[in-house]
Amino acid sequence: MKKLILGTAVVALSAGFAFAGSHSVVRMGTEGAYPPYNYIDDKGEVAGFERELGDELCARAELTCEWVTNDWDSIIPNLVSGNYDTIIAGMSITDERKEKIDFTTNYTQPDPSAFLALSDSVDVATGVIATQASTIQASYIAQSGATLIEFATPEETIAAVRNGEADAVLADRAYLEPIAAEGGDLVILEQNVLIGGGVGMGIRKSDTELRDKFTAAIESMKADGTLNALIVKHGIGETF
Amino acid sequence: MFEHCAAPDTLNSFHWMLCYLTTGKHMGLYISFGTVLLLLAITAPSALLFGFGGAVAARSRFFPLSILGRGYISIVRGVPDIAFFLFFVIALDQGLEWLRHKWKCPEWTDAIWQGNDFVVCQAAKLPLGTSPQWMHEVYGFALAVLTFAIVFGAFAANVLYGAMTAVPKAQIETASAYGMSNRQTFWRIIVPQMWVYALPGLGNLWMVLIKATPLLFLLGIEDIVYWARELGGTKTSRFTDYPHGDWRMWYFLMLLVFYLGFTKLSELVLDRVMTRLTFGQATAGGEAQRRANA
Repeated sequence: MKKLILGTAVVALSAGFAFAGSHSVVRMGTEGAYPPYNYIDDKGEVAGFERELGDELCARAELTCEWVTNDWDSIIPNLVSGNYDTIIAGMSITDERKEKIDFTTNYTQPDPSAFLALSDSVDVATGVIATQASTIQASYIAQSGATLIEFATPEETIAAVRNGEADAVLADRAYLEPIAAEGGDLVILEQNVLIGGGVGMGIRKSDTELRDKFTAAIESMKADGTLNALIVKHGIGETF
Repeated sequence: MFEHCAAPDTLNSFHWMLCYLTTGKHMGLYISFGTVLLLLAITAPSALLFGFGGAVAARSRFFPLSILGRGYISIVRGVPDIAFFLFFVIALDQGLEWLRHKWKCPEWTDAIWQGNDFVVCQAAKLPLGTSPQWMHEVYGFALAVLTFAIVFGAFAANVLYGAMTAVPKAQIETASAYGMSNRQTFWRIIVPQMWVYALPGLGNLWMVLIKATPLLFLLGIEDIVYWARELGGTKTSRFTDYPHGDWRMWYFLMLLVFYLGFTKLSELVLDRVMTRLTFGQATAGGEAQRRANA
């Protein structure tokens, strides 16, 4: 009996070692509140550009992937403490973020950011601008002459403009366009702001193997044009 | 859910609403009500247990135990809830993984802390990276229950400590005159009589606990407030079959009704419990009951 228990323990342990170091299931962390990049569809599942992209990348890298949603504010801390393995949430590659985590190669071009306001006469240089907290847009406004107010979710930034708390929202153009198309009273200002180095997947610095796998998969999608097709389909912006 | 929901834009408003309210996403909202109620149902007794333990420890004549009890009460009561929920849960999770790592992967040579990263071997992960999503959710839920129980247990400990001291001295003196030991006095005299003094404080705690459940989202659990915010937000027709404007007000109004209804119900129940506990007690309430019946 003792031998049997010992035997199972050894098997269990060696099974443990077999997958130590490599990922059997890759957990993909996203926000689920930033269409068209990622959002929760009517069925309650993660959908959007990054869902399709992520599933395709996992198929190419031969990984089993699982989707989880997390608040934007704590999306980096939860990655580094290991609650999921990647961030795929429309996160632009910046030097500041690179100090904490690594990025794969970018899978979108630097997306122009735009202002959304109630009228096009708003002075964005000195007005009150709403952005989502801890985004490239937030740090851009903080360094400009305008007054910055930050919100936890993108939805709240739009609401702030509607109720007059802010003069305009600064966000990715791809996010604002569907809202302006249907919002009636809201307009996108002509002026574009170019910030960030494109969107990439965030991965723990210690996880170089996974980063290289995803980078290779992204490169292969860039090479055969499937990435461009996805970008056009979801209206993300410039193609490669 | 219903056949005719396939093309919502052709429906009249009643059927549209029916289809809208039965989407998979709304099921998430309904399930989250269950999550919140389940959390309350498990947390309240566990917090009471922590509280009882803390109060007994604080009263102990064995000095180290008494210091432990008092330390627990003072420290947890003093730390802001939100800091506790952000820091303690991550620390607890990492502590457990660290222990499992030392046990399961003794030959691991890499550092566990690599810059910002907390890296343990895959076999030490809690839950294992291979486990299905529901295991992750149950684990997160269990961490949440434990954290709530520790936080609210400290407050409950303080309430119970006070209640134990409030039991009339004459009762305890009578007990020792009958020859009861300290242990007997505690279990037979103090514990049965303290509840009447503890209930107002515990009732307050229960109300606060009901209102504190939205902290769940900090722990990655999708609670009713998360879903109300997500469902109520503006939806454009490109991303959903049910486009609508900013409906957060209606969703939060529903939450308001839920919370008010639930606290009202709790008040009714607490009042009845109070009447039961007061019966035959040497308190003003007990005396009033006796006179009314006499």
